[in-house]
Amino acid sequence: MMRTLASRSFVQRARPRARQLLAAALLLAGAGHAAAPALVAVEDPWVRGTVEGQTGSGAYMRLTSSEDAQLVGATSPVAEHVEIHEMRTVNDMMTMRRVERLALPAHVSVALDHDYHVMFIGLHHQLLVGQVVPITLQVLDARGRRHAVAVRAPVRALNSSRQPDGGAPGAAATPHG
Amino acid sequence: MDEAPPRQRSALAWRLALGVALVALVTAYFLSDLPARWTSRTAPAVFHGRDITPEHWDGAFTLTDSAGQPRSLADFRGKIVLLSFGYTHCPDVCPTTLAKFAEVRRLLGADGARVQAVFITIDPERDTAELLRAYVPAFDPTFVGLRGSEAQTDAVTRAFHANYQIVQYQGSTLVDHTASTYILDAEGRPRVVTPYDQTARALADDVQALLKSG
Repeated sequence: MMRTLASRSFVQRARPRARQLLAAALLLAGAGHAAAPALVAVEDPWVRGTVEGQTGSGAYMRLTSSEDAQLVGATSPVAEHVEIHEMRTVNDMMTMRRVERLALPAHVSVALDHDYHVMFIGLHHQLLVGQVVPITLQVLDARGRRHAVAVRAPVRALNSSRQPDGGAPGAAATPHG
Repeated sequence: MDEAPPRQRSALAWRLALGVALVALVTAYFLSDLPARWTSRTAPAVFHGRDITPEHWDGAFTLTDSAGQPRSLADFRGKIVLLSFGYTHCPDVCPTTLAKFAEVRRLLGADGARVQAVFITIDPERDTAELLRAYVPAFDPTFVGLRGSEAQTDAVTRAFHANYQIVQYQGSTLVDHTASTYILDAEGRPRVVTPYDQTARALADDVQALLKSG
């Protein structure tokens, strides 16, 4: 804490150019594992576990882009197709459709957990609790450049609730889990 | 000279009016259903969901469970039935609903044993008996998964005023379907319809109301 305060006051005193460099250095130090600040920050990713024979499932997460961008697709080695789906309930009739692009406005946390989710179609194998599913999100920035955002989503039990406080995501009820 | 002085007359009129008002109030109270509501437990239950009791739905069905046994509503007599339609390839709404049913049983404590969750697939072609046998009890070992022929599936969805539609969409098969939960009383009568976003707590309240009022 003391160190942070000290560096901040030092940054304020430094000349603009040096201040920028220092800020960048601090950001890099803070990011730790990333080589550069990522365009899209991914929070709390998870995949719903499956039982033997099930060929579809969904992935959930929150995305925050540092600039205006769009989510335009996804891939994963666990499924033949990965799509961004929109779920709508009209008169309690549930419909699900693929969306071509999902807007990620700058600094807005976009939840892929309710109306939108990442849909796996044609799973190659059962998804067991404890496994980690690699997903690559394709994001288009405002200048039309493509970015690949790597996500590692742990598998939670089939009976997990979407909302973290809506139910215990326990492993107890998943067979072979 | 036998006329009362004006002051006395006005007091008499007031007393008369008060008396009439009192009698009217008491009569109104006993004519209304308020005494029954306040004094008796047989009062009509008030649900969070939509009360369909007056509509007298015939929820009768014959389907097959994941062990290949024919099942009908009569098999669940004595239990409050939570019923929903869905399919195992549905990534979100169906597992969320079944997880909610498991939560309802937990919330009800000992009364949870008097609840039977029934999941009816509207995609029997892909939802084989084996798949249902693995999928449905993953939420709670007591849950029952049922399937039928296309005609039986059509009949049961009609019986519950539900809809489903198999959609071929960009190479994948999706099923649009009614995501409501149906609550049936211990005699197998459809009583309450709740929307899919109803909380487990509200569902548990409605189940409890049915357990109390019968």
